[in-house]
Amino acid sequence: MSRHTLSVLVENRPGVLARVASLFSRRGFNIDSLAVGPTEHQDISRMTIVVNVEELPLEQVTKQLNKLVNVLKIVELDTGQSVQRELMLIKVRADADTRSNVLELVSLFRARCVDVASDAVTIEVTGTPEKLAAFIRVLEPFGIKELVQSGMVAIGRGARSITDRSLRALDRSA
Amino acid sequence: MTERMTGAQALVRALEHVGVDTVFGIPGGAILPAYDPLYDSAKIRHVLVRHEQGAGHAAEGYAQATGKVGVCMATSGPGATNLVTAIADAYMDSVPIVAITGQVASPMIGTDAFQEADIVGITMPITKHNFLVTDPADIPRTIAEAFHVALTGRPGPVLVDIAKDALQATMTFSWPPTLQLPGYRPVTRPHSKQIREAAKLIVEARRPVLYVGGGVHKARASDELRRLAELTGIPVTTTLMARGTFPDSHPQHVGMPGMHGNVAAVASLQRSDLIVALGTRFDDRVTGQLSSFAPHAKIVHADIDPAEISKNRHADVPIVGDCREVIGDLIGAVEHEHAEGRTGDYTDWWTQLNGYKNTYALGYDDFGDDSTAPQFVLERLSELVGPEAIYVAGVGQHQMWASQFIRYERPGSFVNSGGAGTMGFAVPAAMGAKMGSPESTVWAIDGDGCFQMTNQELATCALEGVPIKIAVINNGNLGMVRQWQTLFYDKRYSNTDLQAVRRIPDFVKLAEAYGCVGLRCERPEDVDATIKKAMEINDVPVVVDFVVHQDAMVWPMVAAGTSNDDIKIARDMAPVWDAEE
Repeated sequence: MSRHTLSVLVENRPGVLARVASLFSRRGFNIDSLAVGPTEHQDISRMTIVVNVEELPLEQVTKQLNKLVNVLKIVELDTGQSVQRELMLIKVRADADTRSNVLELVSLFRARCVDVASDAVTIEVTGTPEKLAAFIRVLEPFGIKELVQSGMVAIGRGARSITDRSLRALDRSA
Repeated sequence: MTERMTGAQALVRALEHVGVDTVFGIPGGAILPAYDPLYDSAKIRHVLVRHEQGAGHAAEGYAQATGKVGVCMATSGPGATNLVTAIADAYMDSVPIVAITGQVASPMIGTDAFQEADIVGITMPITKHNFLVTDPADIPRTIAEAFHVALTGRPGPVLVDIAKDALQATMTFSWPPTLQLPGYRPVTRPHSKQIREAAKLIVEARRPVLYVGGGVHKARASDELRRLAELTGIPVTTTLMARGTFPDSHPQHVGMPGMHGNVAAVASLQRSDLIVALGTRFDDRVTGQLSSFAPHAKIVHADIDPAEISKNRHADVPIVGDCREVIGDLIGAVEHEHAEGRTGDYTDWWTQLNGYKNTYALGYDDFGDDSTAPQFVLERLSELVGPEAIYVAGVGQHQMWASQFIRYERPGSFVNSGGAGTMGFAVPAAMGAKMGSPESTVWAIDGDGCFQMTNQELATCALEGVPIKIAVINNGNLGMVRQWQTLFYDKRYSNTDLQAVRRIPDFVKLAEAYGCVGLRCERPEDVDATIKKAMEINDVPVVVDFVVHQDAMVWPMVAAGTSNDDIKIARDMAPVWDAEE
C-alpha cells in the first residue's frame, strides 16, 4: 500500500462532498485525509484527498470519481513535485516552570504560539505529516491536553495551474 | 419564446419537449401539483400503476423496447422509496430511466416532515446522477440534463426530486435550456492506435472469441457485430444481457457463458488466447473465480465506461468508446490486416469448440412420470411463438431456462434483470415493453415466486389495455434457492416451499380477478394447445399457470466462487476436456 494525494476539482454545489465521500465508502476505498475549500474561481471547489491504496485500486478510485457528474478534474500530485501541508492546533500543558522549554520547541519547529493561559499554551503549526508527527512526539512529555488537525492540502510546484482548463469548461457551459 | 407558468406546468412542458409520451406513476401529496397539468397533456399518457416498483420496472421495460428514456413518477417518502429497487435494477443493467419524485416543500426539508425521505441521498449510490430542485426556474434545465445524462455515455437511471413549493411557484419558461454539465463528457470515439493493436491481436490469435455484452445492443451495433464476426470468423458468445444481439441460429454463435452458460461458450472464454470483450464488464457470474478465469487469454476490452476497463480483469488493449464506433473501426482495421495478407487461422479452435457444442448441447431429462419439465415449456414457447416476440423474464431458474431454451434472433428480444437479479421484474417490465412496442407480442416468463411480488400490475395491464402474456413456470418453490439447497445445503429446504399443492393463490382465479384470462397446463401433452390458446387471445392479458416438476435444475452450472474449469453439466458430472489441455 502506498499513499497518494489526489487534487479533485468539483463544482461548488450542495451535496458534492456527500457524493465523493459515499463513493469512497461504497467502493471500499479508505480516505486517510480529506480537505475541501474554495478556489480562485467561485464555482469550483477543490478537494485534496489522501488515499492509501495500491496502484490498481487507485486507478479505479480515479475512474469512479471521474464518473461523478459534478467532478471536473482529478490530478494526482507527486510528493516530490508538490508542496503538501497540514495545519495543527495543539494545546500543551505549560506552567511557569515548563513554558520556556515548550516555547523553545515552538521556535525550533517554526510553529507559533496563538494562546497562553496560566497552565497551558496553544500552538499553531503547519507542515508535512512527518513534521507534525515529530512535533507531537517532542511535546508529549509536557502533556498534550487537546489536538486538532486539518486534512492535507497540496499544490503542484512550478508555474502551471491545474484549474486553467477546468475553468474554460465551466465558462463554456455558463 | 418565454411564458409564465407554474413549476408543475414547466415540468410537464419540459417532459413534452424532450419527447416523453408515456409516464408510469402514482400521485401523492408532494407530487400532486405535477399531476394537475399532466391531466391536460395531450402528448403524455400517464399510466396509473398499482405500486411504484411497478412504475420503475415498467419504465425499464419501455426503455429497453424503444431505446428511449423510460419515465416513472412518484410522490415523496414511501412513494419515492418504492422506486428504489427499480432504480437499483436500472443502474446495474445500464437502463436509461428518469425517475421524477415530489419532495416536501423546501422550508420543510430536514424537519422529518410527513412523507419526507432524503431520496437524493438514498439513491446517490444507485443512480448515474440525481438532482434536488428547489427553484422552479431550474426545472426545465434539470429535466433536459436528466434526459441527456440518462441516455448518453453509459446509460443509467437519473432521479429528479422536486420540492412541492417549486412545483407550485411561478416561473418563466423558455426552451431549449442550456445544459450546465461541465464535468460530464462521455468518450465515444475510440483511440485509433488501440483499434490497430486489437486488429493485430485478432489476426495473430489462434483461439480468439468475441465476448459480447449488453453494451453492444445499447449502442445499436448488432449489424456491425455480425459483420465483424463474419469478417474474422471468430466465435461469438453472448452474455445474459446480450441474448439476441447475435442470432442464436448463426453458426459462429457458441451460446451464453457464465454460471449457467453452455459448455462451448464457457470453454470459448476459458480456453481462449484472446478475448475481445465488447460492451461487457467481466461480471462474476461470467468469470467464475476470477483468478482462474481464462488463464491464457490476452484481453481486448472495449467499453464506453472507462471505469469498467481493467476493473476485474486487466486489459492488455483498453478501448474506451461507443461499441458501434469501436466495432466499425475494428472492421476497418481487420480489413486492413487482411489486405496486407495477415489473416487468422482458427481451424483447430473451431474443431475444438464444435466438439463441445455437439457433445455438450443443452438438454434436460424428463422425470419419467406425467409431470412437465419446465425446459420443455420454454422450448415449445420458443417454437410456437417464434423470434419476433419480446420475451421478458423474472429472476431465477425460469430466467436461466428462458435464456437457454428460447432461441433469440433479434437484438432486444430478451429483456430481463441481470445485474441486480430483481425478482418481480417480469410483469411490470413486460407491461412497459408492450406499451413501448405495441405491435410486438410480449411474453413474460415468470416464476411463481417472482409473479407473486408484482402481479398487481395485471390490473394496470387489464385496465389500460396492455395485452401481455405471462407464462408462470410454477414449480411451487423459490426454485433457484431450492436448487442451491439441494446442492450445497444437504437438501434442507428452509423456507423455499411456496406450497403449490394447496394452490394458494390459485393463479387462474387470480388472473380472472384481475380481468385477465387464466389458463392452466398440468401435463406435457397440453403444453402446445395451451400456448396456442394463449396466442389467440389478443384483447386482454393472459396468465398461463404451467405446473412443472419441482426438482428440475438448471444445468450446466459453475458453482459460485469456483473456477469455470469446474463447470458441471449435471450433478457430479463434468465435461471431458481435450487430452491436450
